Amino acid sequence: MQISLSDVEYLAELSRLEFSDEEAAKMQKDLSSIIDYVNKLNDIKTEDIAAKEHILNLSNVLRQDIVMQSLSNEEALKNAYDSEENYFKVPQLMEDE
Amino acid sequence: MKLCDMSIYELSEMLDKKEVSSVEISKDVLSRISKVKDICGGYLTVLDENVILDKAKEADSRISDNKRKSKIDGIPYALKDNMCTKGIATTCASKILENFIPPYDCTVYEHLSNAGGVLVGKCDMDEFAMGSTTENSALGCTKNPWDVNKVAGGSSGGSAAVVSSGQAIFALGSDTGGSIRLPSSFCGVSGIKPTYSAVSRYGLVAFASSLDQIGPITKDARDAAIILDEIVRYDNKDSTSVMVMADYYKNLTGNIKGMKIGIDMAHYDGLNAEVKDAVFTALDDYKALGCEIVDLSFSHNDIALSAYYIISSAEASSNLARFDGVKYGMRIQGGDIIDTYVKTRSEGFGSEVKRRIMLGTFVLSSGYYDAYYKKALKARSVIKNNYDEAFKKCDIVISPTAVSGAFERGRKTQSPTEIYLSDIYTVTANIAGIPAMSIPCGFTKEGMPIGLQIAANSYCEQTILNAAFAYQNSTNFHKQQPNLVKEAK
Repeated sequence: MQISLSDVEYLAELSRLEFSDEEAAKMQKDLSSIIDYVNKLNDIKTEDIAAKEHILNLSNVLRQDIVMQSLSNEEALKNAYDSEENYFKVPQLMEDE
Repeated sequence: MKLCDMSIYELSEMLDKKEVSSVEISKDVLSRISKVKDICGGYLTVLDENVILDKAKEADSRISDNKRKSKIDGIPYALKDNMCTKGIATTCASKILENFIPPYDCTVYEHLSNAGGVLVGKCDMDEFAMGSTTENSALGCTKNPWDVNKVAGGSSGGSAAVVSSGQAIFALGSDTGGSIRLPSSFCGVSGIKPTYSAVSRYGLVAFASSLDQIGPITKDARDAAIILDEIVRYDNKDSTSVMVMADYYKNLTGNIKGMKIGIDMAHYDGLNAEVKDAVFTALDDYKALGCEIVDLSFSHNDIALSAYYIISSAEASSNLARFDGVKYGMRIQGGDIIDTYVKTRSEGFGSEVKRRIMLGTFVLSSGYYDAYYKKALKARSVIKNNYDEAFKKCDIVISPTAVSGAFERGRKTQSPTEIYLSDIYTVTANIAGIPAMSIPCGFTKEGMPIGLQIAANSYCEQTILNAAFAYQNSTNFHKQQPNLVKEAK
């Protein structure tokens, strides 16, 4: 299957990535060859087979709702790019009125 | 033999008899690091000497009080740089996390610290554990200690290289598709990926959450058993953690008489003759130890590799969405928030990481989800069922770990599908969640180590360790050392 340059552009937008023309051309080539390879999956019959998200026989893992020790505000904010009082300060997300 | 080249078992005996101190061992490891670090690399961070020696002194005072905590009390070791260590940089070998200092410890580091292990440093890796050579590291340059013109394997290439070159007595790696076993094979050391869920992933930076598993890289199977005894623990901080009752070291018998070994002849079609000969010779050794060979026919390697690249990339594209320049890590300011995301991610991630994110986004995107992602999840069921059937007929499955010995650096960075084939023997264990180990079983004509892979059913690590231990009791491949080590003496 051939991935087009516009596919690359669309996937980049979804992935929040940008590529130069040269990088996009390489990505198109690489993705096309990977998709060609993984098409081998079509060789197996899977009509009656259930999809397996993971191999464990676990379903919901619950615990008591008990307050336990957690990071202090200071520690939690240590890697913050910017902070104010006890909050992460993040770039503006919505336009002003 | 230098202290830094000895096994945990040997050093532990000496520490117990007070024939050596942890400070002496640690100093020997530090001296080796200073001799070889510029030659073969391996570390991204080496801790301050005083910090290391203080921990060693604490161990020595426990030993002199006869209060030694465990077999690894006082033993210097290394962690792959995707395991969070409070106050110590954890970068995943990525520019996007170059300045990240975790505010908490991953569970395995807690266990090893509590057992008295002496952390020496954090190891180089392929960025976010994506790769098979450690050449995808954005921050380091790790080479194979056996031949510095060759790759160390990946993604835990730093962990395997430091153990093989005496820069740590043991190391932890992580394995999503072979990332412990492949570099162990290339660097001539022993590495085991435990059953999915046996070792806590809390504090391991996620690559593909349904496949990732932490495990030890050591000089032999006995040391691997010693480490698994410390890190195979239930952890309520990891919701996929499972309670496993085991006592691996104590139950190493070395007697494998009557063990049934499954082999899949499809593994050997067109295989490099040197690797094939080494594996067949090992099978003869196993027969001599009283094992029986059983023929299996899976022929699912191509399917497993396809399913692996779909599932792992899909999960990676989701896991790596958190790196957006907002709360931590690198930020490249853009015109607006979306532009900031795009600039930060495009600058912060390397090309292989971007390729996996793009592939993962594709297989999860509308119109392709059923054809690729869901199909891959079904293939996972097929592969798991194949193994369930196989383990009715045999106790372990033996195969090569890799298609060849370590190859030249720079050779395979051009075509992603070619390099993905490096993982063809290893990915099935991750897809099926079963444990698998690589141990040295010979050398190529060029003198590069060859790895033998031993897999067993879920939670049967003991069977693997026994099979490896018995083999290592009757062979010497795991005791060979690279020239770099011989010259460093």
